[in-house]
Amino acid sequence: MCSQSVALSAPVSDEVRKTTCYMCACRCGIDVHLKDGKIRYIEGNRDHPVNRGVLCAKGSAGIMQHYSPARLSAPLKRVGPRGSGEFVEISWDEALETAASWLGEVRARDPKKLAFFTGRDQSQSLTGYWAQQFGTPNYAAHGGFCSVNMAAAGIMTIGGSFWEFGAPDWERTKLFILFGVAEDHDSNPLKMGISKLKQRGARFVSVNPVRTGYSAVADNWIGIRPGSDGLLILSLVHELLKARKIDVDYIVRYTNATWLVIDAPGTANHGLFARDADGKPLVFESVTERPVPFGSPGARAALSGRVQLDDGRFAAPAFQLLAERYLDPKYAPEAVAEETGISASVIRGLASEIARVAFDEAIFVDQHWVDMTGQRHEGFVGRPVSFHAMRGISAHSNGYQTARALHLLQLLIGAVDCPGGFRFEPPYPKPMEAHPTPHGKAEHFGSNKPLSGPHLGFPRGPEDLLIDSEGRPTRIDKAFSWDAPLAAHGLMHMVIANAHAGDPYPVDVLFLYMANMAWNSSMNTAGVIRMLEDRDEATGEYRIPKIIYSDAYSSEMVAYADLVLPDTTYLERHDCISLLDRPISEPDAVQDAIRWPVIEPDRDVRPFQTVLLDLGARLRLPGFADSLGRPIYKDYADYIVRHERRPGIGPLAGFRGREADRVGRGASNPDQLKRYIENGSFFSAHIPLEAQFFKHANRAYQDFAVRVGFFDEPKPVTFQLYQEALQKFRLSAEGVREPVAPETHRARILESFDPLPIWYPPFEEAAIDGETFPYHAITQRPAAMYHSWGSMNAWLRQIHTRNALYVPGTICDEHGLRDGDWIWLISRHGRIKVEVARMEAVNGQTVWTWNAIGKRRGAWALDPSSPEATKGFLMNHLISELLPPKGDGMRWSNSDPVTGQAAWYDLRVRIEKAEPPAISEPQFPALRALRRSAVDELRYGEEWSRQT
Amino acid sequence: MTSLPSIPTPKRLGLVIDLDVCVGCHACVISCKEWNTGGYGAALSDQNPYGLDVSGTFLNRIHSFEVIPEGGEVIGEAGEARIVHFPKSCLHCDDAPCVTVCPTGASYKRGEDGIVLVEEDKCIGCGLCAWACPYGAREMDLAAGVMKKCTLCIDRIYNETLQEVDRVPSCVRTCPANARHFGDLGDPTSDVSIMVAERGGMDLMPEQGTRPVNKYLPPRPRTPLAANADGLGSVEETSGATGFFGWLDNMLDRI
Repeated sequence: MCSQSVALSAPVSDEVRKTTCYMCACRCGIDVHLKDGKIRYIEGNRDHPVNRGVLCAKGSAGIMQHYSPARLSAPLKRVGPRGSGEFVEISWDEALETAASWLGEVRARDPKKLAFFTGRDQSQSLTGYWAQQFGTPNYAAHGGFCSVNMAAAGIMTIGGSFWEFGAPDWERTKLFILFGVAEDHDSNPLKMGISKLKQRGARFVSVNPVRTGYSAVADNWIGIRPGSDGLLILSLVHELLKARKIDVDYIVRYTNATWLVIDAPGTANHGLFARDADGKPLVFESVTERPVPFGSPGARAALSGRVQLDDGRFAAPAFQLLAERYLDPKYAPEAVAEETGISASVIRGLASEIARVAFDEAIFVDQHWVDMTGQRHEGFVGRPVSFHAMRGISAHSNGYQTARALHLLQLLIGAVDCPGGFRFEPPYPKPMEAHPTPHGKAEHFGSNKPLSGPHLGFPRGPEDLLIDSEGRPTRIDKAFSWDAPLAAHGLMHMVIANAHAGDPYPVDVLFLYMANMAWNSSMNTAGVIRMLEDRDEATGEYRIPKIIYSDAYSSEMVAYADLVLPDTTYLERHDCISLLDRPISEPDAVQDAIRWPVIEPDRDVRPFQTVLLDLGARLRLPGFADSLGRPIYKDYADYIVRHERRPGIGPLAGFRGREADRVGRGASNPDQLKRYIENGSFFSAHIPLEAQFFKHANRAYQDFAVRVGFFDEPKPVTFQLYQEALQKFRLSAEGVREPVAPETHRARILESFDPLPIWYPPFEEAAIDGETFPYHAITQRPAAMYHSWGSMNAWLRQIHTRNALYVPGTICDEHGLRDGDWIWLISRHGRIKVEVARMEAVNGQTVWTWNAIGKRRGAWALDPSSPEATKGFLMNHLISELLPPKGDGMRWSNSDPVTGQAAWYDLRVRIEKAEPPAISEPQFPALRALRRSAVDELRYGEEWSRQT
Repeated sequence: MTSLPSIPTPKRLGLVIDLDVCVGCHACVISCKEWNTGGYGAALSDQNPYGLDVSGTFLNRIHSFEVIPEGGEVIGEAGEARIVHFPKSCLHCDDAPCVTVCPTGASYKRGEDGIVLVEEDKCIGCGLCAWACPYGAREMDLAAGVMKKCTLCIDRIYNETLQEVDRVPSCVRTCPANARHFGDLGDPTSDVSIMVAERGGMDLMPEQGTRPVNKYLPPRPRTPLAANADGLGSVEETSGATGFFGWLDNMLDRI
């Protein structure tokens, strides 16, 4: 052992460029090492507040994403039939002129005939603004099939929600409860946080039908039956109320528990809050025994009882209704055990652990602060119980109410924005009233003019719905109609089906960005493909006549576009991760970030945002072209720096003003991007110590929020245990309040719009025969893949090259199935042929697979024989975008009735053995490759290995 | 045959992997690949990277499997299946059979720190070392025809062009769950040695007699939720919600 000489100190690279990752939606800081003009190494930025130096598999595989042969290389014009993949390359001039002429014609004639929807878009502040200036009512991003239930329930209950608007207090929490799959969003912060709390000895409970990923390291795994989470949560609420383990002081101060609810059945105000002449909600002052406005100094507001108002009507505090409901024995652990699949003793144990940690292990942060009433407090009381949830509870047709139930549980124990609990991330909390109402009624748009306000928002009641005088939807996706009244993120999953059916109307141009609607982003994928290919019998023209699509890679959707605008990779462009959009703040700090071209494109591609600015100028949209028709912005970088949404408020909050010393509000600074780059491509400003908790009611925080420009005046939040807007819809459904709901929708609204959280069985479960379709089928998110992104990545695809269907051992035994057998998985909508893998760590009535591993042959520049296409599969083929017919002549979307969230976790299936061959079904004709790699071997970095 | 250095080496550098927090995310797997494909020795090649039989050379892999504890001193709740994510790379054994089996002297264990390396210029690609390794921790690179294995990122840990904090293996630096730790397991006062002592760190397959340097920390003990089922105590039963509202009224007086 003489030790041979090894070069130990070779410099890693020529240069390090710091930017922001986009391999998923975490938006971690990365250090990109460049050597000889190529990427040598990508590592986490140690200074970055999101990831603190760590990086996941996807982030590290950015090299292979950047150099993937699936990258598009030039604008394309379709020459063969849709789906054939036959294109010719065209110049950018021709591409942009074509797009501008299609769009300009629509804008002049009937702007609603443009449907502009974006997928995993991190520039919604721009895309939404562009669509508004264009004037179509038909814009949204992908939230409708992602997590709008979570977002809408959160905003309407606590003024914020999980992930982007708040996070567990990882430093202090002692009990962390995770609902559902969460491996795909906020993933590095979650991994870091889970590890931190486990190393501290805190307990981590996972509620998920499948025990993979984070659930694998949970102290306790609750393998719940899909779709029954709401019932479990309300049973916990029952136990906590029964044991008197609630934070009465917190509830009285910060929630609407004391607000008086009018009890006048059959009238237009039944179930609404009693208010004074100024519209302030009333509470019952129990010493002087009279109603006074909420927040009256010194008032002892009642939480229970029934009182008579001055006008003679009766009313009761919201909390009276709440307690009556959840103390009902129907929520007792024994009563919900069968439905949830969880034993009563586990439910009791969890309730008891929540109570013990919240109250026996309460913490106190010694930091004086002043609340919005002017009262000084010596410190912050912490209930160190925190929660996180995403699509696991969101993607069900009862997801909105389930998410509301979870927030109710948090509020009852006083664990929202306290030390150790769930903490808001600026600019949240933000009350529903601070969000716009949606725009898209007939009077909001017209030929060659902008939409009169933002597309998306929160209706305060049925009066804000986007419907015509007959009650029909005005948006193509029927968002904010009686079908989906609180569709705060739109219903992207219904756009193609509705446009194809001409219901409520056909469109002329479908313009999509980064949304793989011809594959994994649609329910009923085969049906969607047919709709994209379908022609009008009379004219021979496609039913959806023109499709413009922008993507960086040759995804399945590219083959269905008529015009393809090739995007850059994330390392080749500018981006801003903006507070106006989807923020990356931490509970203690306001943060935003940028991307910049750390590598120059070597193809004829352009960043989509710059292309959109160009199109805006060509169309002479206000805000994009000046009065002489000249472009206002050179490119996206220029827009990021100079665009102002309100005076002094732009896309980026950092380094504003001439001296680059202004935070939030300030003049635009021409050197702003340079300052960001010097700072590691992010900006972070700490919020004052006395402002860090109870932000919803904290004077110092509210002042800070105004100072940095989140609001122009304080916007404190009173948490809405009882949600009055929901009751307004019920009154319309009862026919006692204008506008009245159509007969067709009344029963559905009465059942699902309860102003107090409820649980009802998911719609598909309720509609099908449980004997015929006895099992649940769901997907989980692999930590090493982000949706369909990853199969074109030579390293990541080696981790998940194909997917199997994981089947509980008991079901395998029942059907005589062994690993490697092939089965038909059959739903009410269709059947798929898949390979079986036995598993025990899964709910006994649930089969599952990894999401979006299956690919169409020929897509993503993969060889058509690739396992992704021949063995992998999508569950999407089994999920209809419509519910089973109910005999009422309606086409009900397979969505949550409140928000329109796609209910893809509601799926029910059965199993039949399949015969050879061992190839997944359905199969589709191979897409003709736009580019195919001739590479049969990669030796990335070989040229450097000899240098050391 | 190649001989091992005299034991013990002054330093015993290695990894400590915490199975209590590893979520199997593969961050370490890919970070290892991207560092090492451009680092020590030949690139880590990939065959059919966009085709049917895709495969590649990795120095670190994660194996995920299911276990059903039977009770006793188990980590989960008895009878309840769980998934274990198990990262595996070269364990830099003190008695490394991969070294003694090497016919050319290419495979060697460094005397100064115990790292097991392959000097690729001497490697004839015979594969004996991979057969000898009971852990399957070595992989033949099909393009280069040489044996590849974990180097503990030897071109990082002593690299004076890196900040001191970054002089750790790439897998350790990147691990989001903080499940991977690097240090001198020959020094009983090192952080990793203390961690091993406190957490009952274990050898992988000790019966093989390889005396691995790397250690695995077992999952921490867990308490079933049902054990607390009576924790809320018994609250007097009242008819309906009446008793509850009486209690509530009293609570209001205390605010």
